[in-house]
Amino acid sequence: MTSNSVNARSLSVGYDRRPVVVDMTFDLTPGNLMVLIGTNGSGKSTLLKTLAGMLAPLSGEVLVLGQNPGALPSRVAFLPQHPVSSHTLPLRAEDVVEMGRFAHLGLLKRETPADRLIVKESMFRTGVHEFAKLPLRDLSGGQQQRTHLAQVLARQAEVLLLDEPTAGLDVNGRGAVDSLISEERSRGVTVVMATHEISDAENANIVMLLAQRVVAIGPPADVLRDDYLRECFGFTQPH
Amino acid sequence: MTNFFLSPFLDNEFLRHALFAGILVSLICAVAGTFVVLRGLAFVGDALAHGVLPGIATALILGVSGVFGAMVGAAVMMGGVNLVTRKLRLSGDTSVGLLFVGMLALGVMITSRSKSFSGDLTRILFGELLGVSWSQLAWQTVAFILVGTTAWVCRRPFLLLCVDEGLTESSGFSVRKYHVIMLTLVAITIVASFQTVGTLLVLGMLIAPPATGALLSRRLSTMIIIAAVSGSIATYAGLLISYHADLAAGASIVLSAVALFAFTATVREFRLSLRRTNRADDELPHQHTHIRP
Repeated sequence: MTSNSVNARSLSVGYDRRPVVVDMTFDLTPGNLMVLIGTNGSGKSTLLKTLAGMLAPLSGEVLVLGQNPGALPSRVAFLPQHPVSSHTLPLRAEDVVEMGRFAHLGLLKRETPADRLIVKESMFRTGVHEFAKLPLRDLSGGQQQRTHLAQVLARQAEVLLLDEPTAGLDVNGRGAVDSLISEERSRGVTVVMATHEISDAENANIVMLLAQRVVAIGPPADVLRDDYLRECFGFTQPH
Repeated sequence: MTNFFLSPFLDNEFLRHALFAGILVSLICAVAGTFVVLRGLAFVGDALAHGVLPGIATALILGVSGVFGAMVGAAVMMGGVNLVTRKLRLSGDTSVGLLFVGMLALGVMITSRSKSFSGDLTRILFGELLGVSWSQLAWQTVAFILVGTTAWVCRRPFLLLCVDEGLTESSGFSVRKYHVIMLTLVAITIVASFQTVGTLLVLGMLIAPPATGALLSRRLSTMIIIAAVSGSIATYAGLLISYHADLAAGASIVLSAVALFAFTATVREFRLSLRRTNRADDELPHQHTHIRP
């Protein structure tokens, strides 16, 4: 396998030896955007968790930045679907963003002015600076999602794995996420994003339609066809 | 007035010892309890507290240290929870519940073999705060330093664990490893506290002061500090009530901690509802009364 951003060969993913999606093959180079589309339970999150190193691949091969998934936490960032924000958690928005630097700092390294600058920049890019000092539990769903996105940006990773990053955001918020992804890609960052929204896939290099199997994979023009979408969702979504 | 609040502690050495021991328990429980509350480990904490019972009971019958017995009991309980959860594919609360009642029953059975069954059982369940020795205080201090230092070193993975396990793993910290370390700290806290407030009441000190801290803080460090202060206040108030009203000391402390939480929650809710009402008043459209000539 060549080692660029992400390489998968005959990759099967699942839980406890039970496969969810089998036989995926794709290559992503720096700056690529791959969008995973499918209904709930179609395997989008399972694939992202495998790329993040949280689940072991069931079979096949997969490399992220030339290494096994999970081997380079400071260079790969993962945004989980609906991160838990316990009602009792005493964290301000800026504390959550600072957690994006933990992969670089490890257990004992002290935070430097450069780390603080990165956190500040990430908050400005996502608009989190407006409510940085407020407790996470007092923020709306959209504001919490922006906070978690700022945390992912603060990682300054080369590969972003985003599980439904636009969930809970209004039209403006979705536009802002699109712009952030474009900015990251122009810096050479590779993005793999799971979504229910077909419109999120229009600027992608590769789209993968999932329904507990690969329905179709390729450039948006080849994949976003009515017959494939019907196979994926059971009905055709308006483009 | 001063006599009422201070004399009991100035005049009685055993009460001073009890105060020191209670404050040390409050400090240890503030650190470990904060993570118990934030990670939703109250039931596991309860099970661990009861899981030490067979160990202590066996130690008492064999005439060895109760602390050693509690450590063995906690280790068996933690290993058991881990094994049952992984191998039997049961949900966490079912496997913990099974071991919890199993260990409790075993503890009572072993204790029933002792000559002073009810006395030993009461001592284990409710503690012996008024009979705390210097060696117990020294052991509690060592436990506090151990728990505090480990929690400080592991603060980043612990914080990530309280937010999201996926985030923890993808940040380069092993969920399993740091979860076990967190449980070990809870076990050490229980072992260090059971002689003071007993295995039954230690959960109260693990949960009530950190829950009070969670109500009032926006940062983890502040939550731990508030938990330590409110636990210490509850210790002082509980001992005072126990002395003047001739009530059980451990239970008085735990009830004071829960009362402090209830009072804080009530005041906070009252202030929040007042703020909501004021905001609603500000947002109402201004009504102008036009007086016709």
